[in-house]
Amino acid sequence: MIDIIQQYWKAFLWTDGYHLSGLAVTMWLLVVSIAFGFFASIPLAIARVSRSKWLSRPVWLFSYVFRGTPLYIQLLFFYTGMYSLDIVRDVDILNHFFREGYNCTILAFGLNTCAYTTEIFAGAIKATPYGEIEAGRAYGMNKFTLYRRVIIPSALRRALPAYSNEVILMLHATTVAFTATVPDILKVARDVNAATYDSFNAFGLAALIYLCITFILVALFRKAESKWLAHLRPMKA
Amino acid sequence: MFLDGFGPIILDGAWVTLELAVMSLLVSFVIGLGGAGAKLSSNPLLKGIATLYTTLIRGVPDLVLMLLIFYSLQIGMNHLTEWQGLEQINLNPFVSGVFTLGFIYGAYFTETFRGAFLSVPKGQIEAGIAYGMSGWQTFSRIQFPQVMRFALPGISNNWQVMLKATALVSIIGLSDVVKASIDAGKSSYKVFFFTVVAGAIYLILTSVSSLVLMWLERRYSTGVREAEL
Repeated sequence: MIDIIQQYWKAFLWTDGYHLSGLAVTMWLLVVSIAFGFFASIPLAIARVSRSKWLSRPVWLFSYVFRGTPLYIQLLFFYTGMYSLDIVRDVDILNHFFREGYNCTILAFGLNTCAYTTEIFAGAIKATPYGEIEAGRAYGMNKFTLYRRVIIPSALRRALPAYSNEVILMLHATTVAFTATVPDILKVARDVNAATYDSFNAFGLAALIYLCITFILVALFRKAESKWLAHLRPMKA
Repeated sequence: MFLDGFGPIILDGAWVTLELAVMSLLVSFVIGLGGAGAKLSSNPLLKGIATLYTTLIRGVPDLVLMLLIFYSLQIGMNHLTEWQGLEQINLNPFVSGVFTLGFIYGAYFTETFRGAFLSVPKGQIEAGIAYGMSGWQTFSRIQFPQVMRFALPGISNNWQVMLKATALVSIIGLSDVVKASIDAGKSSYKVFFFTVVAGAIYLILTSVSSLVLMWLERRYSTGVREAEL
């Protein structure tokens, strides 16, 4: 264990000498895909609960497909599948985009977490107490203002516990990135395993790093919950 | 021809995937019940071990655990056979896949069952004791049937997650539906098409299981009236 740490700690944390690797890559994948998923899922969630079938059905289909198939297959689809198409290789922009493992990984992860987040937010929007909406209407708010001031802020608060789960699951899901040659923590661990044959310590170290990130995320979300869900805490006598 | 002649291979792969998922479900179910029992027991040692197990396993990605357990188990076996002077035993990816997935998802099932056990009203257990039932009788007649009902939404969730996690077992060398479609794609130069096929098979599996689980949930909630708003 000590030997591996001494020799490879840099690769595990941020660089293998040439490129970013390990923890830095994993965190980058996580932050970019979560950010993409968050911002894309708010309009999608609003469309998902819309009364118009033309809006809600396509979003339902998108989230059904992405939640019904494994992320690994989605990554294979975007990484090896897309690049095997002639159209993709002939068009310059597509060729450049899909040739990079990073781009495909971010695309697959972003869409995947977006699908789950959309469902979480849509559920939270549906759970808005009707009185709040009535009150907003009584104040003469139009639909946009109603969403901006009343529905979205309260829905996001309500979604926080489920959302924290999704972020942690996404952290765990980033481990498939190595199959698209992205040098995340697990890729480094596999390289160390191949170089030293010390599987237990190589993967054990990776597991420890993931465990630490999970604990930090849990702590952060606990803090966020105590800030934004403070009104739900039992009152002190 | 059916899927360019790769149909049988892919169907075989899909069958392996389904077998893997069902066997792992059984393993994790048993571990989950045991784990929940340990977590709710008054023995601090059992409780500590079960808490450590669920915290560690749920905090580490399943793929990392899979690789960790798969490779370490093989190396451990090699040491053992070498020490005993036996011939090397190669671990079968299917069996190790079942035990690895079962061991990982056992932690999630432990939490599901623990919550369900806590949802059974205490008064009912006391009533059972008052009727002179033994510990096993209160468990099998009063607690277990209700635990299954309370745990069903959690079980459904875990099953769907585990079904999708079986895709990762191809990474440790199992010839499942993912491996079959990657191979078919490579040899027919239709990678895109066969990735879609693999995705479609998973989509069918998850859709069918969600229908079955919905039916089960309705069946086991007979006699429970949902609040109508």
